[in-house]
Amino acid sequence: MDAALATKTVLSAAPAGDGNLLRFITCGSVDDGKSTLIGRLLYESKTIFEDQLTTLTKDSKKHGTTGEDVDFALLVDGLEAEREQGITIDVAYRFFATPKRSFIVADTPGHEQYTRNMATGASSADLAILLVDARKGVLVQTKRHAFICSLLGVKNVVLAINKIDLAEYDEKVFQRIVADFSAFATNLGFTSILPIPLSARFGDNVTTLSDRTPWYRGKSLIEHLESVEIGRDLASAPFRFPVQWVNRPNLDFRGFSGTIASGRVRAGQDITVAASGRTTRLTRIVTADGDLDEAGAGDAVTFVLAEEVDIARGDVLTEPKSRPEVADGLSAHVIWMSETRLQPGRSYLMRIGTRWVPATVSAISHAIDVNTLEERQADHLALNEIAVCEIQTATPIAFDSYADNRGTGAFILVDRTTNETAAAGMVIRSLRRATNVHREDLALDKAARAGIKYQKPVVLWFTGLSGSGKSTIARLVEKKLHAAGHHTYMLDGDNLRHGLNSDLGFSEAERTENIRRAGEVAKLFVDAGVIVLCSFISPLRTERAFVRSILDEDEFVEIFVDTPLEECEKRDVKGLYKRARAGDIPQFTGISSPYEAPAAPELTLPTLQEDAEELADRVLEHLRDRAIAGGNWASP
Amino acid sequence: MHAHLKRLEAESIAIMREVAAEFSNPVMLYSIGKDSSVMVHLAMKAFYPSKPPFPFLHVDTTWKFREMIAFRGEMAKKYGFDLLVHINEDGVRQGIGPVSHGSSVHTTVMKTEGLKQALDKWQFDAAFGGARRDEEKSRAKERIFSFRNSSHAWDPRGQRPELWNLFNTRVRQGESIRVFPLSNWTELDIWQYILEEQIPIVPLYFAKERPVVKRAGTWIMVDDERLPLEPGETPEMLKVRFRTLGCYPLTGAIESEADNLEAIVEEMMIARTSERQGRLIDSDESASMEKKKREGYF
Repeated sequence: MDAALATKTVLSAAPAGDGNLLRFITCGSVDDGKSTLIGRLLYESKTIFEDQLTTLTKDSKKHGTTGEDVDFALLVDGLEAEREQGITIDVAYRFFATPKRSFIVADTPGHEQYTRNMATGASSADLAILLVDARKGVLVQTKRHAFICSLLGVKNVVLAINKIDLAEYDEKVFQRIVADFSAFATNLGFTSILPIPLSARFGDNVTTLSDRTPWYRGKSLIEHLESVEIGRDLASAPFRFPVQWVNRPNLDFRGFSGTIASGRVRAGQDITVAASGRTTRLTRIVTADGDLDEAGAGDAVTFVLAEEVDIARGDVLTEPKSRPEVADGLSAHVIWMSETRLQPGRSYLMRIGTRWVPATVSAISHAIDVNTLEERQADHLALNEIAVCEIQTATPIAFDSYADNRGTGAFILVDRTTNETAAAGMVIRSLRRATNVHREDLALDKAARAGIKYQKPVVLWFTGLSGSGKSTIARLVEKKLHAAGHHTYMLDGDNLRHGLNSDLGFSEAERTENIRRAGEVAKLFVDAGVIVLCSFISPLRTERAFVRSILDEDEFVEIFVDTPLEECEKRDVKGLYKRARAGDIPQFTGISSPYEAPAAPELTLPTLQEDAEELADRVLEHLRDRAIAGGNWASP
Repeated sequence: MHAHLKRLEAESIAIMREVAAEFSNPVMLYSIGKDSSVMVHLAMKAFYPSKPPFPFLHVDTTWKFREMIAFRGEMAKKYGFDLLVHINEDGVRQGIGPVSHGSSVHTTVMKTEGLKQALDKWQFDAAFGGARRDEEKSRAKERIFSFRNSSHAWDPRGQRPELWNLFNTRVRQGESIRVFPLSNWTELDIWQYILEEQIPIVPLYFAKERPVVKRAGTWIMVDDERLPLEPGETPEMLKVRFRTLGCYPLTGAIESEADNLEAIVEEMMIARTSERQGRLIDSDESASMEKKKREGYF
């Protein structure tokens, strides 16, 4: 090729005109050829450089699965481990451009355990390519991928019926798969579905229509990607602006920086702070390139307002006439992404827009089977499970439904202890809690009762094996709190089982009831403003989660007294282990019934490393750090 | 501006503001190269009319081209940013260098170790880097907010899922986040943006007659007397430029006539080799970048 021609050809590979951007995701099962298709797209759009091609040819011989041919999948499968296993394990982003558009591709894996990666890729995608192996047809996985895309609000789908070469380029095969998929997808809310017969390996119908599928008269994949109209949902939605950063270089300038989540805004118009309802005028739209008359979704700008209104990071600015919901309860689709199960009642940090707020999943309305879309009851969620949940936030927040606004209806939940991203959520609607107004009208409430005691009432819940040292430490803590002038009470098996719970035995159901009553009593004490120390083996996570769930935000402090079974058995203060081993005590925790250690307790006390006195001090330190019992113990 | 450049610019600005709002002690890594020039430019825009609320840190391997060091000083003066420079003094005492110890040892000691020392010294909880996902395969999978444990290590399998623009910015004492505002930019985007915004870059990017020798198929510039010449080797004057700038004996130049931005962009569009090809540190094996990153390299 002569130089001039080369220049001309490749210059056209750069985006022309307004050069808009399309983000899409590819989904498919393990062997459907996703990576091969992306590799093919990169190759066809001349995005692969010579040295990369050299590496690719070298790697194809070593790791490839296509014999003597270049294995395009190797271009995309990045990490060493994946290359060895021959599978993709995470989300990878790839870039290419044609004369009409720039593209960002999210390549995500197809196994069941990687639902979270697919959701991640789909969250920023305008379009999804669903790959189907022509020989296998629509599989359970195909349906799962379609459902997740639909859940994440992807509206445009390409049904890429791949490996059509291995199905003899047979139109009947193609038509049957299209019919199967259409039957399934009618309720998923896609605005466009385009089926294309493809061979990613040989390039049929990728850039141009193939002679081998004369029965297909639609667009090639690239033609479609270049021309598909992406819904301008965010541009036409009502104006929303989550305040990201308060811009205050000096006393004369106070601006609010952020990115417009949806809609448009003009300098001079009125805007409202969603939470407070305060309305003021937008005087300037500031950027480093000069002030703007108007700005729209996706623009990173700084607003200056006419009046000094109390606004901070996390607030949402909105147009006065079409405001978001402001509530402290919502119903949402939740995709669980953590190895640690979702526990209803446990507190997480929610991030929505630029706002962080403590939030509790108060109930799982129902879980959804991603393969059949059937609903079922669930009391917890494991990794990659999807459910409709009710969520309560510590303070009211502004949001829209995800269907109305992908920018203000999405959130994540973060584990407060490990900081891992535990879930992705999509708001369905707000829950206006049937708040009992009369209860609020009562002049005397929990806060008032706690107030005259100069403390914040909490439940300190000590859990651990029999003989682990729970009561010993709890008694020490109580002594120290009392000495500092705090009002406390201790609940344990001894004082409950002899009175209130004297009707209960030790069957599993009765032990659960024992804990339930202990929890309810603790709650009453909290209502009375008292710091309650509870010392119960409470071996089951669900029991402890229940107690947490009936208390308010931050009122439950789970303290795991961590003593290994061997050590408890060695100490055997009450001789119970000996009797349990002898078979005299049925269902003895640790011996004949399980103990489920807390997954993320507020505090863990390792009794092998430190003595009871030191551990009790650690509990006090924790209370001080969280300002539960005040920093100054001597004079409250 | 091209719609897609505008979108990339807005995305990068949002990422920078996010870090300023969420972290107590962020820093922007400044490596003097073209991506750093774009980062500085974006940071100036992101916080306007305020100045970027964080310092800029250069981990100096002592083997940067002289023109790079001069440019660094000019930029700090021009933009008025707070420039921190860290050199791994242990490495200097041991006389570590790319010529005597090879590229791998030099990079590990002077760059990766130097960086860790600097992050520990100033206790930064977030560090901006200019890496792009299109540069290299393991980068393609890295998050925009990339978590590092207290030993600065990256765990590619334990990455936090990153959905929408809802970044998980939460770290504990001693842990940190590396942030990559240019994740979604390509090399061509960078050049087109530099052209459109007329961003200053190190003159080494422009073609000029420079003294070079041919080593392992690429042109190595003889920047000072520290590059020992092999027997019979004499530097020749050739019109070359750099597509990427690292430590000078490790960075190859290409023959080029492109002595202005328009010409560079045009050359970019017909380029048939990827930019990291000029960096000798990556070529040992395809997975070498991932190994370095796990150890704490940017």
